[in-house]
Amino acid sequence: MLNRTTQVLQLQDVARRFPGRTAGAPPFTAVRNLSFDVRQGEFVSIVGPSGCGKSTLLNLVAGLDRPSEGTVSLRGIEVNGPNSSVGFMLQKDLLLPWRTVLHNVEFGLEARSMSAAERRERALRELKRCRLTDFADRYPYQISGGQRQRAALARTLAIDPDVVLLDEPFSALDAQTKLVLQKSFAETIAGSGLTTLLITHDLSEAVAMSDRILVMSDGPGRIVEEIDVGLPDRNNPIARVATQRASEIVKHLFHALHIDNRLDA
Amino acid sequence: MSNEATGPANRDRLPLRAVMARGGWWRGAAVPLASLALAVVVLVAWQYLPPMLGVPKYIIPRVSDLWGEMVRMWFQENLLKHFISTASMSILGFVLGGLLGAVFGYALGLLPTWEKVLSPYILALQIAPKVAFAPLFILWFGYNAWPKLIVTILVVFFPILVNVLQAMRIMDRDLVNLARAYNMSKTKIFLKIMLPFSMPNLMAGLRIGATLAVIGITVGELVGGEIGLGYLISFGQGQANTAMVFDAIGLLTVIGIVMYWAVTSIETRVLHYVPKALDAPPPSQP
Repeated sequence: MLNRTTQVLQLQDVARRFPGRTAGAPPFTAVRNLSFDVRQGEFVSIVGPSGCGKSTLLNLVAGLDRPSEGTVSLRGIEVNGPNSSVGFMLQKDLLLPWRTVLHNVEFGLEARSMSAAERRERALRELKRCRLTDFADRYPYQISGGQRQRAALARTLAIDPDVVLLDEPFSALDAQTKLVLQKSFAETIAGSGLTTLLITHDLSEAVAMSDRILVMSDGPGRIVEEIDVGLPDRNNPIARVATQRASEIVKHLFHALHIDNRLDA
Repeated sequence: MSNEATGPANRDRLPLRAVMARGGWWRGAAVPLASLALAVVVLVAWQYLPPMLGVPKYIIPRVSDLWGEMVRMWFQENLLKHFISTASMSILGFVLGGLLGAVFGYALGLLPTWEKVLSPYILALQIAPKVAFAPLFILWFGYNAWPKLIVTILVVFFPILVNVLQAMRIMDRDLVNLARAYNMSKTKIFLKIMLPFSMPNLMAGLRIGATLAVIGITVGELVGGEIGLGYLISFGQGQANTAMVFDAIGLLTVIGIVMYWAVTSIETRVLHYVPKALDAPPPSQP
């Protein structure tokens, strides 16, 4: 009973099939037999080869898509459609270019009945948390890629979500910005006790940032392995990567995903 | 580290930039001055070259003849009335055509099935020379303001429709999904995502429409009517008054330029968030 309440996100035997491209073609199965759960305050990463259905999974949890089989539930309630308790972030920051950073952060709150003053207050609080207060009145084109992703995180956090879905949020950034931003995200997420699901293809990123790693296989996607990271300092990914255990896990993942045997990317 | 490395270079560059700035006043003025000089040369050539080459006035009137005719038209032909009629009709046709084009563009963008059904006809109407409908509209509606207004609306309608439709087609689905994930209503998604997203295209369509509006009105006035600069052109032609035709063309161009300028100045206000290559400050580090 107690265990149930601490589970924020739960997937049970989820499958998603898409109709074949041409009439008569067999349906395409993106994911199947997908079962896992994410506990309150936990940071879980999903790694897998490209085309293993990671984006399908994200859409299912965000309520943008419905499973063909099985159930996705949030705090014990089945997800039937878009749901304001899920925040998601993609590789693209999806900031609206015609809005200032502050108004972008307010965007998610505009779907709710909330006074303008309250919206402003919340947005400013999130900007402060993401250290963007000085850039509140800038337009997206006037700030750097890293700042843009932080603004997108502030927008995601502003709606006070039960769970945050991160779909490769760092993959469009240069190597150094990426490290700095991973640290910044890790601090923000650890500081607010957020429940997070990160989808990534970067193995060391998964090890550096998460409590638990789920390994997905391709065609159709399913969970083939679960790894407990068991490292301290979740708010400091840079320190974590340097540990012996981290490199062992990366090495293990490397083999689990058969990266060394693969010929095509 | 990189700042220290470029520090001395920056200091060296500063005086150079200052020198450039000091010498800049004539550089900045050089281009407009050259344009002005070109205008003077053309006008002087226009005034003196045709008579020297024996070209008669009824083929190419001199600049002074054009000015004299303009003054005569002002006092004897009620030029202001004709000018205001053409200008107001152009603006009215532009606004109506623009509104209709935008409404249909958004509607078809939101209803892809209808767009597919209608697209061959839209293409056909877009290609058809709309001004050729003017005589038809005169047959239908008579010698009043409607024929020219309808021609103008048609001419303006299509570039705006096509541009808005294009924006709806290239709409960033991820932005729409983001709004959907935030549980936004369809109306809000349209107002907060689709409408602003389509603004650059709408503005481009309006810019084209502004120049076409004058053409639509002029053709309408040429084909039938007793008012407007187009009417003055056909009247002047009947009188073999070449200067009158030139003057009317000049004034039509002025109306077109003012409308175009008005649209571009609205555009720069509306699209202030679009980075200009030179304006954008260098992004700072995270």
